[in-house]
Amino acid sequence: MTIGLAHLLTLAAMLFGIGMYGALSRKNAVHVMMSLELMANAVNINLVALSRFLTPDALTGQFFSVFSMVVSAAEIGLGLALVLAIYRRRRTVELDAIDELRG
Amino acid sequence: MSETLPVAAFWILALASLGGAVAMMATRNVVHAAFWLLEVMLATAGIYLLLSAEFLALVQVLVYAGAVAVLTLFTVMLTLRRREDAVREFPVAWGSMAIASLFTGGILLVLARFRPALAQVPETIPGVEAFGEQMFTTWALPFELASIVLLAALVGAVWWTGGEDL
Repeated sequence: MTIGLAHLLTLAAMLFGIGMYGALSRKNAVHVMMSLELMANAVNINLVALSRFLTPDALTGQFFSVFSMVVSAAEIGLGLALVLAIYRRRRTVELDAIDELRG
Repeated sequence: MSETLPVAAFWILALASLGGAVAMMATRNVVHAAFWLLEVMLATAGIYLLLSAEFLALVQVLVYAGAVAVLTLFTVMLTLRRREDAVREFPVAWGSMAIASLFTGGILLVLARFRPALAQVPETIPGVEAFGEQMFTTWALPFELASIVLLAALVGAVWWTGGEDL
């Protein structure tokens, strides 16, 4: 058997699903950020795989992937900075405890 | 003119990344979860190598396995008041699992329906040299924008976490 585009897309979809489960179910803010990174990672696998199979000469997917990595690095940096700021003020990072805007 | 991807290497890397992701969700210790995330990132770098994206594999190891893993562990350690706080029970969240399963199932259904039957990859692809050349010609403007994004994130992170008057 050969490994095709479908294999890589399936792998990325499953990683994305696992990350989504973590992002939805976890109560610890840092754990949620880690799950978000897992999802971003799955998206990057998709981009690179599509670039390799569909437009190998243009490298478009690889460039998209690089910029997606930049954005997700900025996101994790800012997200963890927010978590630290919340911790300094509230002494907790439990998402259940941060509910001022709850209606 | 065309070749296929190595089968054994793909299955090992796929198993490593999926197993790491499942272990990350199954472990009760948030520090262990951070290390499992690191393992998933390294397996992903291997997949990039498999797809002949050498530069991306390098960036993946440097940024995700290096910087992001250290940053995550750093925050975990800073936001835990007691060692025991790291370990806690995670009851299975059936609602979240249903949503995530529905989403993944939808994607897999679409994949099975359209069946992207591409298995052959071109033998010759541009290497790191062509990548760098295009990065600073075709993609020069996005590259500069990316540096502004990173600068803004840097300043924002320092501003939020530092300062006396929070």
